[in-house]
Amino acid sequence: MHDSSTTAVHDRLGEAHAAHNPALLHHFAEPQQQRDAASLGMWVFLATEVMFFGGLFCAYLVYRLWYFPDFAAASKSIDATLGATNTAVLICSSLTVVLAVWAAQTARRTLLISMLGITMLLGLTFLGIKAVEYRDKFEEHHVPGASFSFENVPVPGHPGQFANPRHAQMFFSLYFVMTGLHALHMIVGLGIFSWLLFAAGKGRFTPEWHTPVEIGGLYWHFVDIVWIYLFPLLYLIDRHP
Amino acid sequence: MSGHAKSSPLKMYFGIWITLLVCTYLTYKLAFIELGRFNAAVALGIATLKATLVALFFMHVWHASEKLTKLVVIAALFFLMLLLGLTMSDYATRLWS
Repeated sequence: MHDSSTTAVHDRLGEAHAAHNPALLHHFAEPQQQRDAASLGMWVFLATEVMFFGGLFCAYLVYRLWYFPDFAAASKSIDATLGATNTAVLICSSLTVVLAVWAAQTARRTLLISMLGITMLLGLTFLGIKAVEYRDKFEEHHVPGASFSFENVPVPGHPGQFANPRHAQMFFSLYFVMTGLHALHMIVGLGIFSWLLFAAGKGRFTPEWHTPVEIGGLYWHFVDIVWIYLFPLLYLIDRHP
Repeated sequence: MSGHAKSSPLKMYFGIWITLLVCTYLTYKLAFIELGRFNAAVALGIATLKATLVALFFMHVWHASEKLTKLVVIAALFFLMLLLGLTMSDYATRLWS
C-alpha cells in the first residue's frame, strides 16, 4: 500500500519533470540551483585541496628559508626549460578546457569532443615531459635515498662554496613529493576527462545539462594553478649566473 | 555564465591564454637576470597574477552566479594565509634574539 502510493508520487513528479527538464533532480527547484549546488560542492573540495597542497608549500618555504644556498644549487640542477615548456602545455590545456565548456554550453558536440581529446593529449604531453625530467634525476643520482649523491655542487653566487648534500636531499624530497602529487592529480584528471569524452561521444551533454564538463573543468584548472606556483618555486630559485 | 544573450566569451578566453603564455615567458626570462632579493618577489608576483586570471576568468569566479562560490574561494585563501603566515612568523623570527 505504502509502496504503491510513493511510486504514484514519484510518477507524478516524473511527469512534472519531463514537462520541464529531464535532467533536473527531484530535490532542486530549478536547473540553475542544481548547477550552482554542483559547482559549490566542487569549490568546497578544491578548498580542501588548497589546504592539502598548502601544507607542502609551507614545509617547502620553511626549508627554503633555512637552507637557501643548498636549495638554490639543487634547483639549478633541474632543467628549467622543460619546466617552462610544461607550464605552457598546461596553460594551453586550460584554454582547451574552457573551450570545451563553451562548446557544451552552445551545443557544439564535435568541438566539445575534440577539445576534451586535445586536453587529454596535452595532459599526456605534460606527464611525458615530467617522466623525462624524472629519468634525468634518477640518472644523476638526485633521487633521495641510499644512492643519493650531490657532492661538490657549487652554490650559485658563492664561488668556492659547495652545497650540503643533506640539505639538497631535503629539496629533492620536496621536489618529488610535490611534483609527484601534482602528477597524480593529473592522472586523476585524465581519468575524469576520459569519462567526459566517453559521455560526450554518447551525446549526453546538452546546453541545459553539462555540469560534469563544468566541474571537471574546475578540477583541471585547479591542478593548473598548483603547477603555476610549483614552476617558479622549484625551478627558478636562483638561476642567474 | 550569466545571460545567454551575451556576446561570445571566446575573445576573452584567447586574450587570457595569450596573457598567461606571455607571463610564463617573462618569469622564465626574468629568473636569469640578477634582481637580488626581488627575483623571488617577481616570480611569485607573476605566479599570483596568472593564478588569479585562471581562477577569475577560466574558472568563472568573476561571473559566478552563486555568491557562495566567492565566499568559499576567499575562505580557502584566508586559511592558507593563516597557515603560511603564522608558520613563517615563527620560523622567520627564530634567529632574532
